[in-house]
Amino acid sequence: MTDETEGAMSTGDRLVYMANQIARNLAAQGQAEAEAMVADHIRAFWDPGMRARIVEIARERPSALSPIAAAAIGRIAAAA
Amino acid sequence: MTFTRETDHGTPPALATGRNVTLTIDGEAVTLPEGTSIMRAASLTGTAIPKLCASDNLESFGSCRLCLVEIEGRAGYPASCTTPIAEGMVVRTQTDRLKQLRRGVMELYISDHPLDCLTCAANGDCELQDQAGAVGLRDVRYGYDGATNMGQPKDQSNPYFDFDPSKCIACSRCVRACDEVQGTFALTMEGRGFDTKVSPSQGQDFLSSECVSCGACVQACPTATLIEKKVVETGTPDRAVVTTCAYCGVGCTFRAEMRGQELVRMVPWKEGKANRGHSCVKGRFAWGYAQHQDRILKPMIRSSIDQPWREVSWDEAIAHTAREFRRIQAQYGARAIGGITSSRCTNEETFLVQKMIRQGFGNNNVDTCARVCHSPTGYGLKTTFGTSAGTQDFDSVMQADVMLVIGANPTDAHPVFASRMKKRLRQGARLIVVDPRRIDLIRSPHVEADHHLPLRPGTNVAVLTAMAHVIVTEKLCDEAFIRARCDWDEFQDWADFVSEPARSPEATAPLTGVPAEELRAAARLYATGGNAAIYYGLGVTEHSQGSSTVMAIANLAMATGNIGRPGVGVNPLRGQNNVQGACDMGSFPHEFSGYRHVSDDDARGMFESAWGVKLDSEPGLRIPNMLDAATDGTFKGIFIQGEDILQSDPNTHHVAAGLAAMECVVVQDLFLNETANYAHVFLPGSTFLEKDGTFTNAERRIQRVRKVMAPLNGHADWEIVQLLAQALGLDWKYSHPSEIMDEIAALTPTFAGVHYDRLDEEGSLQWPANEAAPDGTPTMHIDGFVRGKGKFVVTDYVATDEKTGPRFPLLLTTGRILSHYNVGAQTRRTANTAWHPEDRLEIHPVDAENRGIKDGDWVSLRSRAGETTLRALITERVAPGVVYTTFHHPDTQANVITTDYSDWATNCPEYKVTAVQVGLSNGPSDWQEDYAEHARQSRRIIPEAAE
Repeated sequence: MTDETEGAMSTGDRLVYMANQIARNLAAQGQAEAEAMVADHIRAFWDPGMRARIVEIARERPSALSPIAAAAIGRIAAAA
Repeated sequence: MTFTRETDHGTPPALATGRNVTLTIDGEAVTLPEGTSIMRAASLTGTAIPKLCASDNLESFGSCRLCLVEIEGRAGYPASCTTPIAEGMVVRTQTDRLKQLRRGVMELYISDHPLDCLTCAANGDCELQDQAGAVGLRDVRYGYDGATNMGQPKDQSNPYFDFDPSKCIACSRCVRACDEVQGTFALTMEGRGFDTKVSPSQGQDFLSSECVSCGACVQACPTATLIEKKVVETGTPDRAVVTTCAYCGVGCTFRAEMRGQELVRMVPWKEGKANRGHSCVKGRFAWGYAQHQDRILKPMIRSSIDQPWREVSWDEAIAHTAREFRRIQAQYGARAIGGITSSRCTNEETFLVQKMIRQGFGNNNVDTCARVCHSPTGYGLKTTFGTSAGTQDFDSVMQADVMLVIGANPTDAHPVFASRMKKRLRQGARLIVVDPRRIDLIRSPHVEADHHLPLRPGTNVAVLTAMAHVIVTEKLCDEAFIRARCDWDEFQDWADFVSEPARSPEATAPLTGVPAEELRAAARLYATGGNAAIYYGLGVTEHSQGSSTVMAIANLAMATGNIGRPGVGVNPLRGQNNVQGACDMGSFPHEFSGYRHVSDDDARGMFESAWGVKLDSEPGLRIPNMLDAATDGTFKGIFIQGEDILQSDPNTHHVAAGLAAMECVVVQDLFLNETANYAHVFLPGSTFLEKDGTFTNAERRIQRVRKVMAPLNGHADWEIVQLLAQALGLDWKYSHPSEIMDEIAALTPTFAGVHYDRLDEEGSLQWPANEAAPDGTPTMHIDGFVRGKGKFVVTDYVATDEKTGPRFPLLLTTGRILSHYNVGAQTRRTANTAWHPEDRLEIHPVDAENRGIKDGDWVSLRSRAGETTLRALITERVAPGVVYTTFHHPDTQANVITTDYSDWATNCPEYKVTAVQVGLSNGPSDWQEDYAEHARQSRRIIPEAAE
């Protein structure tokens, strides 16, 4: 949210935000490690519906995700 | 338990020296620790020496002169309370001369004391009365015609106790209790000689004085001078039951002193290992909500939230609920319903709710209110140490040399433990406080922090990493500890990271607002000051980097070797009475009891065998995810036990929208709380006084909750969940909560040794309590971390996305106050409102002046999420640019303001950072007016038809 964008996020946007936020917080571990950790984190804590939704969003709007988040979601999609 | 007073040995135990001495008391040889007083020694061997000014929770004072003894070879008659035992000493406590002296002393006391024993509220519970009998006083020779202190006006200003100076014997026990036990120093002995009298603050009444109403003075008073109003109204108790307080995570144990089914008073239990005989205003006095007229005692249902409630039988309510949940699952899928367990309820009740969801709903959509408070603690400590809990017991603080308090306000939120902290600080321990506000602990009587780091909200990780930078670059690490106990490679990676110049105090000061030299000094003190213990609260966890902050704290403790022994450690100060227990019991959607992930085949297999069903191996929805799914139309029903998410969770508009989108919201609670305004079924809950069970406090201490009266609603909460589970088709047959605990023990390795008989024997057990640790575990990670090697985690500072700007230039942070508890559902229904009748907005004088705001003005508080109004309190406790409020009152609804931002790892809301604007206001916001009308409409009740 910025001064210009008030209001609650849609669920899809929130999932994107959450994935990117996890990625930002794990980025200091290094690209490869962070990708694996983000994927593991999402597998461990997101319910299947949320995971399916973010995989779908990654396919439809790949630019919404940061590179680490996108790679992590890619791993999840590949393993599904 | 029948009514017996706790034994008072007169003076505290001696400090342990390891040496014993042998003496003779009244002809009996006695061997006891060096330093023990004669009074205590006599008491321990069965001789009660008369006393008035002595009490074993206070240091000896030697003022009343009633406890005189004779010691062979010594002149005079020394006071037994102030005279330590010595090798070969020969003591006589009963001689003709002593009897004569004691009668003389007592005669003087009684000559200035009303002889109204038969009508006195303390009749039968008065030490003066007892001691007059014990010394054989039969006559007062001085008459009552001279000057006396009788007839002085009573101070009845405090809502819970009266002060009658006419009955005061000037023993100073109340003054000393306030000083030594509570640490507030609110009372003093004013005047000299005959004119000596107890005075709150500077001649003020109790209510307007600095008194915090902890009750220590009332408990200490040997007469009716300070006495509970309830005793005055009801009479003295005739039985007592030991139970555990249902307010904060300190977990004080109390004697619930009863007259029949009526609770007369709650008196802190001296044997209680969490509170050591102390209490706060909430646990001691604020229990009147339990019988408040607002309690709902009959189940109610309605078809939609704009309809009035209709009272129904328990059978109808339970059958309706089960039917609705099954209908929703049939229509929308098995994962379309879920539930929330309560950190206010017992372990047994919490375990049953999550079991009902996993076994009966067939999914893992269970979460708990720890989501919004300490979920980052669970994540952070499990990652670094291997277990989701604090490392110490509370007694450990008495061996701490340095305390680092970060994001916690113990004197308000954990007051009984704060008194222990202050006691240790008065003994010389050093204090570092990291907090945006000048909390009371920073400077209070005889306590002053060495360092206060007033960081800008949201910069915890940067501050802690800067402290780590100092510790590593100045070579203050405990390398031997790290090499032995932690992963050395991970440590080196972390050390390289924190050593980078960008993470130095100087580089981060513009960001954090903390002066670099002050931060460096604090880091050096933490690393080199001896035993250093970290205590933290929600100011750590309720941030977008809450989990990172917890791990940064763990990093500091490991780097300095401050883990694995008494006096050190990482200590989350838990918010609710059973938030630790609720987490332990498997309330999170990704794990079973004992913190085992649902995808763990072995753990899941154990539960599947015990419960006879196939369990879901996928994590379920967290509370915010449930609300999102509800607004999306995929989550349609929820069972909420003992939590008021509408008031307590962030972004009230979003919570309301989520609840309003569901087809069956079931609330089980004592009152029609705010969430119930969006509910379709209301199941009346029971109070902690009305049921058996256990709570687990912040030090992992499992303690019994004991039923002292029958549930007013007809059922304990665990029974209600069982009824619902049975209606859902589950074959549950628990007849007592002890059977639930037996099941928990069988399925949870850390609880394997926890059974009610063991708890009754020991008083409490700290988990892990199992074959490896039959008596529990006061200090964790002594010989090694639970996960094996301690894990250093690189915690990069990532700024929150909640930014200040021209429209929202101030940062709002929220918290709570001593006299109220969280959403206030209980404390607002007690006389505690005398201290805090409304939420106020704390604002710095500069920010107030810039906006033309005067103290007490109504102001609007606006964020990107919403707007509310409340009155301003101008104070320098907050820094310029920061405002603060509490969230105890639904009329204010501070969470209308807070946003959806949350911790990256756990979704714990970022309550502590919201960009806001403040301005003068003429009255309630539109939302407040609309909500007040909705709440009024929603609380209409159609009584059950008479049969």
